[in-house]
Amino acid sequence: MVSEVRTVTGRGIPLVGNDIDTDRIIPARFLRAVTFDGLGEQVFADDRAQRGGQHPFDLPHYQGAMVLVVNGNFGCGSSREHAPQAIAKWGIRAIVGESFAEIFFGNCVALGLPCVTADPSVTKHLQERLSANPQAQITVDLETMQVTCEGVVAPVAMGEGSRQMFVAGTWDACGQLVAQADQISATAARLPYVRWSVAS
Amino acid sequence: MSKGTLFDKVWDLHTVGILPSGQTQLFIGLHLIHEVTSPQAFAMLKERGLAVMFPERTVATVDHIVPTEDQSRPFADGMAEAMMQELEKNTQAHGIRFYNVGSGSQGIVHVIAPEQGLTQPGMTIACGDSHTSTHGAFGAIAFGIGTSQVRDVLASQTLALAKLKVRKIEVNGTLQPGVYAKDVILHIIRTLGVKGGVGYAYEFAGTTFEQMGMEERMTVCNMSIEGGARCGYVNPDQVTYEYLQGCDFAPNGEAWDSAIAWWNNLRSDANAVYDDVIVFDAASIAPTVTWGITPGQGIGIDEPVPTADIIPEEERAIAEEAYQYMNLEPGHSIQGTKVDVCFVGSCTNGRISDLREAANFAQGRHVAKGVKAFIVPGSERVKKQAEAEGLDQIFLSAGFEWREAGCSMCLAMNPDKLEGRQLSASSSNRNFKGRQGSSSGRTLLMSPAMVVAAAVTGQVTDVRELI
Ligand code: SF4
Repeated sequence: MVSEVRTVTGRGIPLVGNDIDTDRIIPARFLRAVTFDGLGEQVFADDRAQRGGQHPFDLPHYQGAMVLVVNGNFGCGSSREHAPQAIAKWGIRAIVGESFAEIFFGNCVALGLPCVTADPSVTKHLQERLSANPQAQITVDLETMQVTCEGVVAPVAMGEGSRQMFVAGTWDACGQLVAQADQISATAARLPYVRWSVAS
Repeated sequence: MSKGTLFDKVWDLHTVGILPSGQTQLFIGLHLIHEVTSPQAFAMLKERGLAVMFPERTVATVDHIVPTEDQSRPFADGMAEAMMQELEKNTQAHGIRFYNVGSGSQGIVHVIAPEQGLTQPGMTIACGDSHTSTHGAFGAIAFGIGTSQVRDVLASQTLALAKLKVRKIEVNGTLQPGVYAKDVILHIIRTLGVKGGVGYAYEFAGTTFEQMGMEERMTVCNMSIEGGARCGYVNPDQVTYEYLQGCDFAPNGEAWDSAIAWWNNLRSDANAVYDDVIVFDAASIAPTVTWGITPGQGIGIDEPVPTADIIPEEERAIAEEAYQYMNLEPGHSIQGTKVDVCFVGSCTNGRISDLREAANFAQGRHVAKGVKAFIVPGSERVKKQAEAEGLDQIFLSAGFEWREAGCSMCLAMNPDKLEGRQLSASSSNRNFKGRQGSSSGRTLLMSPAMVVAAAVTGQVTDVRELI
C-alpha cells in the first residue's frame, strides 16, 4: 500500500490568502463522523457558500485540478487530519505554498500528499498564471525540487526527511515503526516512569 | 542547534532509533485519545491487522461532542451518539482505559490528564488534538498529531518525527492586577505572530512563569500552537511537584523521591544552548483581547483596533478580511462593543482556578440584559470541586448558566453554538471564522475575568474597572 511520490503533474488551482486555518478547510460540524468518507465535497464548505459559486473550488475551470497553490501558514489551527483528507479527496495531489502549519504538513506526509514551500514571489506568480490560464499544467518534482509552470521553473523546498519518505515511498511510516518492536521495548524499559505506573 | 535544554534531554531519552529517512523514531510515554480523531485510526489498525502495542499507555475520554445540558443516552444528535459508541467499542476491544461521561473523571482531554497526574515531567505525550501542547506545563514534551499518527502510536507507541528547534521565551516580573496567564500568551502571539513558532518548541522561562500556578502554566502552554509552535513547556519545579503529589497516577513512596531526582535532572541546564531567545517584560502586558480572525490579531484593551497603515504589509490582507468579517471599526476602541454571548470554559480556561477567578467577578453582579452567558467546567472533577466551593451558586444567582463538562462552545461539534452574526466574548483559544458554530459568528478571545466583565456590562470592558 506504500508507493513512491516523485512528481505530480496536472492542472493547478490558486487559493489566495495567508493563515487559512483548518476550521475553514473543513468546518467542525463535518467532523461529526466516524470515517473520512464524503469530505471531498465539504472542503471549504463555509468559504464556498459565502462566495456564492465564485470560490476556486467551485469554479468549473478548476475542476479536476491536482496542484493547489496557496500562501503563508496554510493549514494552521487544529490537528484534524480531516483537513488534508478533504483536500486530497477533492482531487489535490500536491500543494505549493509559502509556508505550512506543522501538524497539517505532517498529516499530509502521512497521506502521501506532498507540500512544498516556495518563495512568496513564486507562489504569487504561479497564482497569477493559474488565474489567467486555468488550463496551465504545473509540475512539482520532488527529485529536482522544482516547480514548473508554462516555462517558468522555480526552486521549491521540503524537509529532507519528508522528501526522502516521498521519493522512497516510505511516507506511510506505520510498518517501519512497528518493525522496531524490540528497540521500542528497550526504550520503554529505560524510562523510569514506565515502571512507576499505574494506579488502578 | 539547541543543547542541554529539557527538550533535548527528553527527546534523547525517548529516541528509539533513526529511520532511513533521517527522522527520529520517538517513544510516546502517554497517548491520549478522544472521539473525534480516533475512530478512523482504529479502523486503519483493523484494516492492517495490527494490535495496540501498549494499551496501558493510552487513555481515552470524550469531550468534543458531549452535550453540556442533556447528557442522557442515546444523545439527541445521532452522529454524536455513533461517535460515542465507536469510542466505547474501540476502547473496550483494545483494553484501553476510558473515562466516560458519568465516571466522575470525564472531561476535556487536556484537563483530565493533568488533574489525575497522568501528565508528568519528562514524558513525551501525544494526542490527536493540537492543544496537546497544554501538557508541556509539567515539563513534558507534548504535541498534537493527526489521525494517521494516532494509528502509528496505537500500533507502535512511537512516531516518526523531525526534531524541533528550541526558542526560549523569557517573561520577567509581576503581572499587573487584572492581567492573567491568558493575556501573557495572547501578548506573546500578537508579538511573534501566528506562524512565528513554526519549527520551534517554546520553552517558557523567567520569573513570571515561575510565579504562576500549574493551571496558569497550562493556559500558556495550551496556546503555544496558536503561535505556530507545536509544543511549549515550562521546566518542572516545586510548584509542579506540589501539584502532582497525591494525584491518582503520580508516583508514591520511594518512587516519589526518585521521581523528583529524575525530574530535576531534566530541567534545562543553566548553560543550555537555545536556537533563539526572546525576552518580555511582564509589566508591559495589559489585559489583551483579539479583534480579528486569528489569535495573533490582538490588542491591549486600552489600544484602538489597528488601522491598516500600521499593520505590516504581509498581514494586511488578512487584516482587511478581519475588518470585513468582524465589523469592528479600525482606529476606534474595542471597549464598549456590545456582546451577545459570553463563554467561560475550554481546555485553555476551564479549570478550577479559572472558575474561581470568574466567580470572583460575578459575585454580587448580574449578567446584562440580552446577553447569554454560560460557564462550562473543563471536567467532571472541576465541576464537583466548583460546586463544593459554592461557585455554581454564585454563577447561577448572577444569571450565568452552569453546565456539564465538555468542549462546549469552543468549537461547533455539540449543541452549544453561536447563531448568525452573534459576537461572543470567549475564554477559549480560537477566533477563526465560523469556529464557534455559525459561519458568520464572531469571537473575541480574552481571559475568563474579562469574559465575566463583558457579561455583566453587556459590552467589552476593561476588567480593571471592576477591581
Ligand atoms: S476545549 Fe476546544 S480547543 Fe480544547 S480540546 Fe476541546 S475543542 Fe479543542
